[in-house]
Amino acid sequence: MPAGRSPLPPLLRHTLLALAALLAIIVLTGVVDPFTNLRIASVGYYLVAVAGLTLLTGLNGQVSLGHGAFLFIGAYTMALLVIHVPGWPFWLDLLLAAAASGVAGALAGAAAARLHGPYLAGATLALAVGLPALTQRFPELLGGSNGLAFRVNSMPAGLAGSVPTTRWQAWVVWASVLLALVLLANLTRGRFGRTLRAVRDNEVSAELAGIHIGRTKVLAFLISAVCGGLAGGLQAFLLGTAAPGSFTLVLSLSLLAAVVLGGIGSMWGALWGAIALVYFQAWSEDLAHELALSTDIANNLPLAVYGLILITVVLAFPQGIQGGVRQLGRLLRRTRANRTASGTATEGES
Amino acid sequence: MNGFLTLTVNGLSTGAVYAALGLSIVIIYRATRVINFAQPALALISAYLAYSVNKATGSYWLGFAVALLAGAVLGAGTERVLIRPLRDRTPLSAVIVTLGLLMVLQAVAGMFWTNEPQSFPYAFDFRGQFSAFSLFTVLVVLATAAGIGLLFRYTALGLRLRAAAFRPEVASMLGVRVGLMLTLGWALAAAVGALAGVLATPPFLFPTVLDGVFVYALTAAVIGGLDNPLGTVAGGFAVGIGLSYVSGYLGPELVTMAALVILVLVLAFRPNGLFGHAVARRV
Repeated sequence: MPAGRSPLPPLLRHTLLALAALLAIIVLTGVVDPFTNLRIASVGYYLVAVAGLTLLTGLNGQVSLGHGAFLFIGAYTMALLVIHVPGWPFWLDLLLAAAASGVAGALAGAAAARLHGPYLAGATLALAVGLPALTQRFPELLGGSNGLAFRVNSMPAGLAGSVPTTRWQAWVVWASVLLALVLLANLTRGRFGRTLRAVRDNEVSAELAGIHIGRTKVLAFLISAVCGGLAGGLQAFLLGTAAPGSFTLVLSLSLLAAVVLGGIGSMWGALWGAIALVYFQAWSEDLAHELALSTDIANNLPLAVYGLILITVVLAFPQGIQGGVRQLGRLLRRTRANRTASGTATEGES
Repeated sequence: MNGFLTLTVNGLSTGAVYAALGLSIVIIYRATRVINFAQPALALISAYLAYSVNKATGSYWLGFAVALLAGAVLGAGTERVLIRPLRDRTPLSAVIVTLGLLMVLQAVAGMFWTNEPQSFPYAFDFRGQFSAFSLFTVLVVLATAAGIGLLFRYTALGLRLRAAAFRPEVASMLGVRVGLMLTLGWALAAAVGALAGVLATPPFLFPTVLDGVFVYALTAAVIGGLDNPLGTVAGGFAVGIGLSYVSGYLGPELVTMAALVILVLVLAFRPNGLFGHAVARRV
């Protein structure tokens, strides 16, 4: 394999990568138990949410503390559509869930485009805390604090009986997520990605260079909200419920934490962040169970562990997990270059 | 009309609490350009300590004093241990660290004192339209705000605090211990936050009790102009009264959304808050 850039065009490369990933997921879900399948699917929907937030916060520099709100909108749209229009195929519901969230994101973005730094953080915080309360306001439509429960019949007739439900669900989740990621990766690799970063790094210079700041910010919000809505729709599809208890402030903060933990500004970082999100929770639950900790401690352990890791990462490893991976890769490349004793190793990607 | 009066009066006492917590946000923001998202958690731990002292000794005022002291110590510790190493990093780093601290402290509170609500006492009688406790809340917050205003404006310490916040290099050349001033600023702010916590908590104390209060306090601070303590106190009372009307006439579930609407509307017309100043930026 030649060193340096691969000769394939990005769209093709991303598509091939996604297909390979989907294949890996299909193989993986075939060999693990249903419970693990559920966790794999959870990583999937968190991944798309974290990737969307990476675009907004990492690439565009807009800090959102309220991204759980977009998952909330996605999940409830999905739930309402399944309940009230049962005839529609679930993938149409999913698309509409993402679209509904996108509309909300464009609205939030239009407000956010005028805000910066702490002002934006405050507004999005209010969004995250306030939106789930609407379920109490419209209990007959949104089910109050119990939320909505429903059944999605998504399994094609040909597969029924031969493929377990959780395995099929993991496939659906990952196929949707990978499709979204291919689009996202393509978008951020190109001109739009450079525009996002230019606005993040220096608004005044970007404006002088002819970039429309407001439009870029709103678009970034819209795209990341679509990702959030898709994630919420997938979560509802997976769990068969949409309840306000799943969309607390802690969820919003955890999503931001996952962005930072994985490595801010990197789409690969989103993957590590999503895996961490699901598995730190799982591990701390297992740990609490094994050590026979009291329920008070066990219930709060994931939050404590998460907060501690977050603080440690920011103080000691600001590049996150992906930063470590990249450094490792650079080290390997350098040793290989030294061994063949040829030419210069190219560096300096930002 | 009686309903209107009740709502106004209720709004006044909740507004006082938002003003106090908002003040604690502003003091820190002025000193270090950091929004301390852990502020509700620092206040929470202080309130829990007050609760424990209270339960052990039976004295409300001893618990009250312990809460303020604990707030100051926690604030100073946060600045020294977590915020100072981040001085040269992007603002996002500080946001994330304070959010991390928020998670840890809320979890710690849940571990020690359980996630179940514990009953937390009022200082005075809280029954009636404008109770003794409401009056106490409003007076204490107004006195605190005035005290802080006087401290910053008329004392040598206040001058050093302001110098360290606005012109750290010049201040340190003139012999001001900038680091110490920043720590003091955080301690002061967190003590005010603890005060807000003790006043906001009754009747029940649980780990997420101050989340909502923090959202409204931040709304107050932002519409008041994050740099402006007086504006924040005014913003706190305005938010308290406004949200009290929303709660009374439209329903309590809509209060947080109303706060968001107020925030967005104010910032749409005055991007730096009602009393803030625009700062010119250079390329």
